[in-house]
Amino acid sequence: MQPIISVQQLSKTYAPRNAGGQPFQALKDVSLDIRKGEIFALLGPNGAGKTTLISVICGIVTPTSGAVVADGFDIQKQFRQARDRIGLVPQELTTDQFESVWNTVSFSRGLWGKPANPALIEKILRDLSLWDKKDNRIRTLSGGMKRRVMIAKALSHEPQILFLDEPTAGVDVELRQDMWNLVRKLRAEGTTIILTTHYIQEAEEMADRIGVISKGSLILVEDKAILMRKLGKKQLSIHLHDALDSVPEALATHKLTLGANGTELVFTYDSQADRTGITRLLQDVSAAGIRYNDLATKQSSLEEIFVSLVRNDSNGAKP
Amino acid sequence: MNVGAIKAIYRFEMARWFRTVLQSIASPVISTSLYFVVFGAAIGSRFTDIDGVGYGSFIVPGLIMLMLLTQSIANASFGIYFPKFTGTIYEVLSAPVSYLEIVIGYVGAAATKSIVLGLIILATAWLFVPVYILHPFVMVLFLLLTAATFSLLGFIIGIWADGFEKLQLVPLLIITPLTFLGGTFYSIGMLPPFWQKVTLFNPVVYLVSGFRWSFYGISDVGFGVSLLMTFVFLGLCLAVIAWIFKTGYRLKT
Ligand SMILES: Nc1ncnc2c1ncn2[C@@H]1O[C@H](COP(=O)(O)OP(=O)(O)OP(=O)(O)O)[C@@H](O)[C@H]1O
Ligand SMILES: [Mg+2]
Repeated sequence: MQPIISVQQLSKTYAPRNAGGQPFQALKDVSLDIRKGEIFALLGPNGAGKTTLISVICGIVTPTSGAVVADGFDIQKQFRQARDRIGLVPQELTTDQFESVWNTVSFSRGLWGKPANPALIEKILRDLSLWDKKDNRIRTLSGGMKRRVMIAKALSHEPQILFLDEPTAGVDVELRQDMWNLVRKLRAEGTTIILTTHYIQEAEEMADRIGVISKGSLILVEDKAILMRKLGKKQLSIHLHDALDSVPEALATHKLTLGANGTELVFTYDSQADRTGITRLLQDVSAAGIRYNDLATKQSSLEEIFVSLVRNDSNGAKP
Repeated sequence: MNVGAIKAIYRFEMARWFRTVLQSIASPVISTSLYFVVFGAAIGSRFTDIDGVGYGSFIVPGLIMLMLLTQSIANASFGIYFPKFTGTIYEVLSAPVSYLEIVIGYVGAAATKSIVLGLIILATAWLFVPVYILHPFVMVLFLLLTAATFSLLGFIIGIWADGFEKLQLVPLLIITPLTFLGGTFYSIGMLPPFWQKVTLFNPVVYLVSGFRWSFYGISDVGFGVSLLMTFVFLGLCLAVIAWIFKTGYRLKT
């Protein structure tokens, strides 16, 4: 199937901010295909280039080289068709403070050249629990509500592709749940969603696929499930019958750690490896005369995967 | 052409104006009224007529031009600078809108506002001094051309400015002196010959002169020359705007 967005060898070098400054390469040869209808999460530390990538696709930042095709339309040569399909909720809360909610959302729809549709705007505002605020000036709203206003603006022109740049930054738990539900609902209606986040939990919860960007390079794109399996370190906990003071000499080669007040031996292994070492370990444990009454395995979270990935990358090694 | 977008930007800008319509209108009306009281009635009565027109009446077209210029620049520069400053410009840049449409929306709104103001000032002038318009069509033409040209200039300034100081610098240091030295309050013929020559490099001279001709049929420079210079200036602004949009200057990184 043709990708809904195809990013091809995209690079962006920002001009120096002042005389004598250095140009800065924020994106390095990024290629990425987004599938129609998926939720794609872009992860990366601060300054990795997430916002830059989104800004290029949405037409706010001019790429230095490379191309982006959205639904078959080149974002520069056929910007009308391309942008017509794209909605953007930027990272910063930038709103027209003195406008009313209703006016600012209607303005967005107008900007996309769509005929006025009060019923649709009402539906969007109701969905985002903004209906009773529709006549309020934006500056009287709380930060979380402003975020929702920005989402309403992006949805007002019925985009097929929606970019959410850190939609849940500075948002409370309840609203975050609302946001996730909204994203799922939009996906169910066929909208493709690309979101960036620092909350791994969010990517884990929401995304179909995950891309990790670090220092301007896309270092990994993978199905969430595969990623977690592929890169997942697993931990085996051996619940001991009798507590130990230290890891016995006989088990030193297994690099175990002792946890839970000495009642648990923890073994970390790579679940994808041919030999995980579990058999040897359990034999050695029995041979050492250690009795145990339970075994448990745990898969590392995306967060741990992510941290190790980015750390590897800054060491200059690619996973 | 995304006409809907032009309308949206235009309406948005007009709504912003209506929110503060009293200030926007009161201050220019009050200041022009003061000009009439001081120059028209108090001092003006001591002046002899210029080319057969009483001094109070003579300054009316110049004052309207003065307001038209300063208000066009102020409205248009602020109109585009503000979204740049707050960041809301992201939406316009990411919308399926061409640069031309952006300019028409913002500049059209700014020009509308200053034309409305110009007409209000004309009406105010009527209350104080005798005013008549010999060539109403030419008058309207100059009104439109000037409002459009200087709104474009304001738009350019708003894009160029990266701080509120710069936004005020150009109007203060360049436009105000040019308008005051542009024959608003006097006829160029009153100046020593050398300064008459220098004055001809001031574009405002042509606007004021042409505009005054449409009122009273008197002018410092020929009406045709005035019109030509106005178009030249308009073309210049359009060229700069075209360049800005081609390069994304100060709008896109
Ligand atoms: N207009 C600009 N001029 C120069 N450098 C810039 C500009 N915008 C961003 N950068 C730099 O480019 C890099 C990437 O920035 P970007 O905003 O894309 O990061 P990000 O991944 O979105 O980070 P965060 O998680 O903090 O939002 C940063 O080092 C930033 O300083
Ligand atoms: Mg960012």
